Amino acid sequence: MPDWLLAPTLLWMGVFFFAPLFLMLIISFASRGTYGGIEWTLSFANYRALADTLYLQIYFRSLVFATITTALCLLLGFPLAYHIARAPARWQGVWLILVMIPFWTNFLVRTYAWIFILRTEGLLNTVVMGLGLRQDPIEILYTDAAVLIGLVYGYLPFMVLPLYAAIERLDVSVVEAAWDLYASGWSVFWRVVLPLVKPGVIAGCLLVFIPSLGAFITPDLLGGARSMMVGNLIQHEYLVIRDWPFGSAVAFVLMGMVMLGVVGYLKLSGRKM
Amino acid sequence: MGGPIVELRDVVKAYGVTRAVDHLSLEIRQGEFFSILGPSGSGKTTLLRLLAGFERPDRGEVWIEGRLMQEVPPNLRPVNLVFQHYALFPHLTVFGNVAFGLEMRGVSRHEIVSRVAAALEMVRLTGKQERTPTQLSGGEQQRVALARALVNRPAVVLLDEPLGALDQQLRQEMQVELKGIQERVGLTFICVTHHQGEALTMSDRVAVMDQGRALQVGSPREVYDRPASTFVANFIGISNFLTGSVDSVHGARCTIRVPNLPEIVARHRGGIGEGGRVSLALRPERLHLSREADLNGFDNAVPARVAKAIYGGHEMQYQLRLSDDVLWTARVPNDGTVERRFALDETVFVRWNADEGAILVE
Repeated sequence: MPDWLLAPTLLWMGVFFFAPLFLMLIISFASRGTYGGIEWTLSFANYRALADTLYLQIYFRSLVFATITTALCLLLGFPLAYHIARAPARWQGVWLILVMIPFWTNFLVRTYAWIFILRTEGLLNTVVMGLGLRQDPIEILYTDAAVLIGLVYGYLPFMVLPLYAAIERLDVSVVEAAWDLYASGWSVFWRVVLPLVKPGVIAGCLLVFIPSLGAFITPDLLGGARSMMVGNLIQHEYLVIRDWPFGSAVAFVLMGMVMLGVVGYLKLSGRKM
Repeated sequence: MGGPIVELRDVVKAYGVTRAVDHLSLEIRQGEFFSILGPSGSGKTTLLRLLAGFERPDRGEVWIEGRLMQEVPPNLRPVNLVFQHYALFPHLTVFGNVAFGLEMRGVSRHEIVSRVAAALEMVRLTGKQERTPTQLSGGEQQRVALARALVNRPAVVLLDEPLGALDQQLRQEMQVELKGIQERVGLTFICVTHHQGEALTMSDRVAVMDQGRALQVGSPREVYDRPASTFVANFIGISNFLTGSVDSVHGARCTIRVPNLPEIVARHRGGIGEGGRVSLALRPERLHLSREADLNGFDNAVPARVAKAIYGGHEMQYQLRLSDDVLWTARVPNDGTVERRFALDETVFVRWNADEGAILVE
């Protein structure tokens, strides 16, 4: 393909991605004006302010949430992806559509639906108490658990699809060969299946980890006051407090964390960038 | 060679309504090279998968080394399968592939190293231990697959179309080599193939399979010279048939009356009576062509018209019309003599000995 076909994309990325990003970087060194504007100073004050325990806790909590979300998605997604990839061809399509159906509805609406399910008088408690399993309702909405449920729900398809693609390419006879060569089910999985679908696992984990680290709708709607994640902090700084310079600094530190995390993860899993 | 190491007793395996294996009973002896020969869809791969443990019989029993295999999963069976497309582990080196089975059984590192080295020497792959499967040629991959099975010294080595993915020349070399390896290691080999030449070259015994049944089991010579049915005869490469009725029987010889042809003299092996319908099967390379009508020491001489003459380098192949509904093929070695060349539409006499044909009772 001729190189000039890249030009529109590069132009688009340059104008609408790199330029704003660069602008944000500059803003992150500025300071907030009295009425919410930007005062063009050059200081590291915003970054220094981030070293506060309060903010470090938010970053840490975000990391923990994103890690747990990724792990849960992998645990839930792998059997599902395996099942789909090994189903007869005509069922694979049906299963994949079922996995993707949630995308047909707005994410905000779907997160609201979780409120109706999880709240005290919601679907979950109606069923649980109706069946007599519990006397008093489960108070789960506005807790960390609700945020995790929402995150896992939201990002599970991003785990399932790359896993499916990798498992579907896996040669069944290679798996059978391991079984034939005295490997138990467990050994077949660890020694043959997992190494061969590793690219799918890596892709799925990145696709879940990165957006869930910066998630803000889910913790905002399903989480309590103590469940704030970095995404909420950035939103808060930009839209509520109108401190764009500080918000930009928060966002850049997040970006740095993601990049370090991704590079480290790829190094650990033995892959070149 | 000893007693049976593998026994199938009245095994049935169906997929939906099709019976891939249909009331099959077989005994395979210790130390023999046993081939299962059949067209695709004859159930031979299913049979192999039943032995490896990937499939379970709907009915009947599979015994290996005197143990009933009904509930035994593949990883606990004393057999190893060489897969049709090798199924090498792409993420492991040649060493890793061959060592896999030993590692799974907890063999010591020291022993693994020496046994893998010995297995690779056996298949002439010494020095390629650190290669990955993608860095190997097709023939080399095939050898790794073989070494990966042999290194475990299983009671039975199962081979699924082992030479199917190789080119013609390599295939012929490997036939001889595979048989040599089997004789050296002294293990029982069960090989599935649709290639009759391969089965005849390598095997101690052959089973010809069709539609889930074993039609004939015997040595290559028995199957080749005395096919038990028209299907076996056809599959083993006989293209010439005559169908007629038995006119008379004298001892081991009989005469057969075929419409529009002279009476045929043939040797029979019992089971026929006067007036019974039989087929005579004859191999294309056992026919002798001549312009003379006399028997010249042969038992039969039947006139035919040359319908097609195909130059095949080392031999000439003629299609001969014996009558309106009988078309035969004859193969004549190309020895360079002019009197053995026949032209299109020429009338020739097809001569053969009574001993050559096989009588098949319809």
